[in-house]
Amino acid sequence: MENLFNLFVRSIFIDNMIFAYFLGMCSFLAVSKTVKTSVGLGIAVTFVLLVTAPVNWLIDTYLLKAGALVWLSPDFADLDLSYLSFMIFIAVIAAIVQLVEMVVEKFSPSLYNALGIFLPLIAVNCAILGVALFVQEREYHTIAEVTVYAGGSGIGWLLAIASLAAIREKISYSNIPKPLRGLGISFIITGLMAIAFMSFMGIKI
Amino acid sequence: MSEKLKKVEKEPMFSSKVLKLLKNPFNLENPITVQVLGICSALAVTVQMKPAIVMALSVTIVTAFSNLIISSLRNTIPSRIRIIVQLVVVAALVIIVDQILKAYVYDVSKKLSVFVGLIITNCILMGRLEAYAMGNKPWPSFVDGFGNGLGYGLILVIVAFFRESLGSGKILGAKIIPQFMYDIGYMDNGLMILPPMALITIGIIIWVQRSKTPELQEK
Repeated sequence: MENLFNLFVRSIFIDNMIFAYFLGMCSFLAVSKTVKTSVGLGIAVTFVLLVTAPVNWLIDTYLLKAGALVWLSPDFADLDLSYLSFMIFIAVIAAIVQLVEMVVEKFSPSLYNALGIFLPLIAVNCAILGVALFVQEREYHTIAEVTVYAGGSGIGWLLAIASLAAIREKISYSNIPKPLRGLGISFIITGLMAIAFMSFMGIKI
Repeated sequence: MSEKLKKVEKEPMFSSKVLKLLKNPFNLENPITVQVLGICSALAVTVQMKPAIVMALSVTIVTAFSNLIISSLRNTIPSRIRIIVQLVVVAALVIIVDQILKAYVYDVSKKLSVFVGLIITNCILMGRLEAYAMGNKPWPSFVDGFGNGLGYGLILVIVAFFRESLGSGKILGAKIIPQFMYDIGYMDNGLMILPPMALITIGIIIWVQRSKTPELQEK
């Protein structure tokens, strides 16, 4: 339990998807103009991560890894399908995003209206595939670990985009040198925020 | 193949239009600093020059060939499922690149870790496929992908140059700061190696570029 909580805090603050790995930067910079839309996108990303990461982990563990197919027949002990993982992961993500979109539309139209436009965008958000690949690379062992890590990464992403949006809302009134306006200053703000987030490094609970 | 294309298009292979496709991504339509595409993987691999160059080459190859393939197939892809078709083509190309990297430059491939796989979701690819390859002939699309890949690579290499030279006093692993500089008290700036400085470096590149070309400035 303690281990899980530690992982959760780590994935939000220290291994933050944006500030430590720059994943999902494209939509991060494009959508962070107002707080409201960026919170919507953040929630959508967290939601999709919580669904896709465990599914991809299950597929990786029981179908793709070296010797993963042993449960089917002992003959497959040498079979290593992990070179297929990119293709399978991205197909699973695209399919699940589509599925989530349909389910949300059917059962919760109000949530659908809030997330609607963002859901299709998420299929190509690097953070989603990034989490799937990090899970594979770091060899998390239980599904609980994977889910906690995915949830934490999503919340970390939400935190980052919401705070950048808040700063950008304020900064639109400031007198910034012309060539730096818009994109340039967003990069520099993100850099400064990343430096601030570095102070969390080494925290253990 | 290019000859056959030439006959169909009835225009020279390097017409001014095609050359423009190759040139524009370097400045006026740079994928990173102007179109804001593909930043995700751009920043994390720029601590040193070598991984940055390998990454730039991989992305160039994948963008060029995925543009070529999708553009050749563009009339047969139903528009409802085009995203999935695009992703599958890109994923197949990335798998090939990943396997080649693992076979020939294993140390770099280890350093790039998940970022080779993340080329799949690199926004440059989807952006160029959607914006260009779906509506244009194969040869211009190939050039467009190639140009955008190189434009992306250019920024990557510039950022990596500053981060490696200021951060660890080396370029491509060779020392460039002479020993006597260290003796009189020069120190490598450790902050340059850390992730935040990649963002700030790109911010400064954008600043320089936009002060030179005022038409890019935002209001």
